[in-house]
Amino acid sequence: MQFDSFSDFIAMGGYGFYVWLSFGTCALILLGILVSSLRDTKRIMASVEQQIVREERIKQAKQEQAS
Amino acid sequence: MWKWLHPYAKAERAYKLCNTLLPYFAVVTVVSMIVGWAWGLGFAPADYQQKDSYRIIFIHVPSAILSMGAYSSMAIAAIVALVWQLRNAELAVIAIAPVGACMTAIALITGAAWGKPMWGAWWVWDARLTSELILLFLYLGVISLYHAFEDKKSAGRAASILAIVGVINLPIIHFSVEWWNTLHQGASITKFNTNAVDPSMFWPLMVNILAFAAFVGTVTLIRLKNEILQREKHRPWVRQLLNRG
Repeated sequence: MQFDSFSDFIAMGGYGFYVWLSFGTCALILLGILVSSLRDTKRIMASVEQQIVREERIKQAKQEQAS
Repeated sequence: MWKWLHPYAKAERAYKLCNTLLPYFAVVTVVSMIVGWAWGLGFAPADYQQKDSYRIIFIHVPSAILSMGAYSSMAIAAIVALVWQLRNAELAVIAIAPVGACMTAIALITGAAWGKPMWGAWWVWDARLTSELILLFLYLGVISLYHAFEDKKSAGRAASILAIVGVINLPIIHFSVEWWNTLHQGASITKFNTNAVDPSMFWPLMVNILAFAAFVGTVTLIRLKNEILQREKHRPWVRQLLNRG
C-alpha cells in the first residue's frame, strides 16, 4: 500500500478531486450502461410474456364465443 | 470458414453462443476490474513528476484504447453485414456502438480531469483531443442514424456504411500525436522495446486494459442478446425461453 492512512488515500497527495472525479464518473458510466442493458433484457422478455398472455386470452374468448 | 460460421448466422444459435460466452467475460471483468483499480489506486507507486494525479492513467488509457478497439470491431461487423448480408452482424454493429460511445466519453472526461491539474486546462483544441471528440460524434451518428429509420433493414445498412466511413478517423487519432505538434504526449506502451513505462506501473495498466476489454465484451454480449430477442420476439424459440424459467 502506497498510503499511510485512509485520509491520505482520499487526498491522493492533493490531487484527490481530479483522481476521484475521474474514477467516479468512470464508475457511473460503466454501471449506467451495464444496468440499462440488463433492464432492456427484462423489458423485452416482459413484453414477450405479455404477448403470450394476450394471445391465450383471445383464444379463450374465441372458444367461449363458439360454444 | 463459411461452413463453420454459417450456423451462427441463425439467430437462435447466435443467442446461445452469446449466453455461453457471457459468464466467462463477466468473471474476467469483475476479477480484473477489482484487481486493476485496487492496484492502480492503492499499490502502484506515485509518479516522480505527476505524483498521485497520474493514477488517472489506469482508466484513461484503457478507455481510450477500447474506444478505438470497439470502433474497429464495429467496423468489421459493418463490413460483414454489408458484404455477406448477415443480419446478426448488423445487430452486432448496433450492439457495440453505445458501449464504444461510453468508452470514448470516459476517455474524454478522465482526460479533462487529468489535463486540468497537469496542463492547466480542462480542454484544449489539440489534434488528439479533437479527433477523439469526433470519434464520439461518429458513435452517436451511428446510433442516431440507426434509430432514424423505421425500416430496420435500411437502418442497419445506413449505420454500417457510416461506421465503415468513420474508420478513417482511427489512424488520425493514433498518429495525431506524431503528425501534429500537440500537447498530448506520444504513445508509451505501444513501443514495447523502449520500456517507457516501469513494470510497477505497466502491469496494473495491463490488468486495467484487460478489465475494460472484458467489460466491453460483457456489455456488448448482453446488448447483442437484446437485439436478437427484440427482432425474434414472435419466434417460437424466444417463447420457449420463458417456459424454462
